[in-house]
Amino acid sequence: MNEILTTIISKYNYWGFILLMMIGLYAMMVKKNLVKKIIGMNIFQTGIILFYVSIGVKKGATIPIISHGHGKEKHVIHAAEYINPLPHVLMLTAIVVSVATLGVALALAIKVYREYDTLEEDEINKKIRDQAK
Amino acid sequence: MSWQLDLIVLTMVVICGIAAINIRDLLGAGILFGAYSFMMCLLWAVMGAVDVAFTEASVGAGVSTVLFVAAVFRTTRRTKD
Repeated sequence: MNEILTTIISKYNYWGFILLMMIGLYAMMVKKNLVKKIIGMNIFQTGIILFYVSIGVKKGATIPIISHGHGKEKHVIHAAEYINPLPHVLMLTAIVVSVATLGVALALAIKVYREYDTLEEDEINKKIRDQAK
Repeated sequence: MSWQLDLIVLTMVVICGIAAINIRDLLGAGILFGAYSFMMCLLWAVMGAVDVAFTEASVGAGVSTVLFVAAVFRTTRRTKD
């Protein structure tokens, strides 16, 4: 019982990423405002990035920059002393993609506002239904 | 990474995220999302991912906030939820 509790508490970063993903999913599904939905989408994306960065963390390790300089190539590199940089590099791409999707989503929201004069989803649906009649 | 600092910053991230989706003002939501991104950047600096941290500081906290403020000034600040 105590071991299970220790395992659950020591993985708090993963609970944090689950919490952030659920906050983002809630905002995308429940909130009626389009800008709130876009904020929820971004929170979801940063939650996933938090998960990937949490994978690379090692206890007692330093940032992934080799501590000795050039000209000392005979120096032995211990991989256990450095945090795994592969998830970081993958997530750099994800951050750039997230700002690109944010720009496109906000541009579409501005277009919707110019067409229907509101950002609320229910009012937009009502106006579309009124136009169809 | 020291777990006390990590836990404090993670709590601040969750608080900023909940505040950003619950505030009834779109400009305030954009500003709080900038604060959320900056807290996320601090969290990654604590976790040792320095390259991700400064990309997030420039792109997430910088460019995203500017995009949100520009979009809110072109549309409306009013929101029902």
